[in-house]
Amino acid sequence: MPVPDGGDALVVLRGVDKHFGTLHVLQSIDLTIHRGEVVVVIGPSGSGKSTLCRAINRLETIDAGEIVVDGRPLPAEGRELAALRADVGMVFQSFNLFAHKTVLDNVTLGQIKVRKKERKKAEERARSLLDRVGVASQADKYPAQLSGGQQQRVAIARALAMDPKVMLFDEPTSALDPEMINEVLEVMRQLARDGMTMVVVTHEMGFARSAANRVVFMADGRIVEETTPDEFFHNPRSDRAKDFLSKILHH
Amino acid sequence: MFDFLQGYDLLGAFWVTVQLTVYSAIGSLVWGTLLAAMRVSPVPLMRGFGTAYVNIVRNIPLTVIIVFTSLGLFQTLGVSLGAERFTTINFRLAVLGLTAYTSAFVCEALRSGINTVPLGQVEAARAIGLSFPQVLRLIVLPQAFRSVVAPLANVLIALTKNTTVAATIGVAEAALLMREMIENEAQLLLISAIFAVGFLCLTLPTGLLLGWVAKKVAVKR
Ligand SMILES: Nc1ncnc2c1ncn2[C@@H]1O[C@H](COP(=O)(O)OP(=O)(O)OP(=O)(O)O)[C@@H](O)[C@H]1O
Ligand SMILES: [Mg+2]
Repeated sequence: MPVPDGGDALVVLRGVDKHFGTLHVLQSIDLTIHRGEVVVVIGPSGSGKSTLCRAINRLETIDAGEIVVDGRPLPAEGRELAALRADVGMVFQSFNLFAHKTVLDNVTLGQIKVRKKERKKAEERARSLLDRVGVASQADKYPAQLSGGQQQRVAIARALAMDPKVMLFDEPTSALDPEMINEVLEVMRQLARDGMTMVVVTHEMGFARSAANRVVFMADGRIVEETTPDEFFHNPRSDRAKDFLSKILHH
Repeated sequence: MFDFLQGYDLLGAFWVTVQLTVYSAIGSLVWGTLLAAMRVSPVPLMRGFGTAYVNIVRNIPLTVIIVFTSLGLFQTLGVSLGAERFTTINFRLAVLGLTAYTSAFVCEALRSGINTVPLGQVEAARAIGLSFPQVLRLIVLPQAFRSVVAPLANVLIALTKNTTVAATIGVAEAALLMREMIENEAQLLLISAIFAVGFLCLTLPTGLLLGWVAKKVAVKR
């Protein structure tokens, strides 16, 4: 898949640094994500992939550097930050659906409270999104009544309902039983085909190969390699990447 | 055997007890919720206030608080809470004291409920652009309340019994009447039993009802 034209940068990280105490989790990260691009982030455990994702919608603060989303630097706090977060969709490893709300209410909540849509409009949109991710029939159930794969697809619908400019996925299939992984990946592939800008942290190499425009390989808080999936899987340059690939591809 | 009850307004006294309980319960639910919100807020000053309030108020005997509302607030500072008749002033002061005291316990019960709400849901709520007050109001507190109905029932039952302290500032609730009757009649055991049963009639159904509610509203995870 060709990388979309470099002109249209949607998310830009410049010299981003982050510490947890003495641990330097993000070390001068520079990364640009273009509109319509699908970037897969991979790397060993503890390399800072989740922190990177969370920094992009400021669930984590950063110590230095700058993060720009669609031309606007990340605001520090308050109303503007909330508005920016609404533009950046996030899907978590553990789904994190609102347990006391039905599936439908999970998907309408943000539309009504953040986007100020009428309930009827919000419900229409929610139903069409639930249909798109294949869980329309579950709309009136509570999250605990759904399988993991269904819950994760609802979580994707919940994020999409905000009409985000970019979607962040932090290991969206890692908590799923194997037979459910594909139903979620298929939804993500479809999103990618529809032109959604996506940053996906995943260990699913098949998804990286088939859907990613670019692979970012992280280790020890740094971006070690940044290239096309083909290049990365067949010609990794760094020893860290070679080592990592040999481990994950051989079991 | 119950002839001596003639001339005493037993129901009236228990009605005052019920009123003290209901007003104080509503007051402490509101103020306790605000305190809990302060204790989890990102603003350090609010957190500090909430923590200090709970730790101080929880550790003062209720009698001291109630007496303070009367001697300190009313007689020294002239706070009469908008009432003119003495009995009304004392009633309102008692509600104020009971509310101030009970809300500390409501706050702590709620805070333990807040801690049962998975952090991931809070992050997901922030991630769709909800503000801190919205996250609290729409996601955290509804689940927190559901998980602490049972502990809150205990707080309510304790409050019902604690209203007897209002007798110290002359509020004509059940305990005050009981004291009066014991002084006037030679029926110590019987009178005590009557009032004990009266309180059981208030507290037992509360416990049973809220126990049922607790099961009914529990959030499935
Ligand atoms: N809130 C936190 N406080 C302290 N240390 C943290 C915190 N969150 C993450 N870390 C540490 O920061 C490092 C990077 O964590 P991060 O979750 O970003 O890694 P990751 O690449 O997503 O790993 P994994 O593949 O296991 O999810 C890890 O060593 C982790 O222990
Ligand atoms: Mg992670």
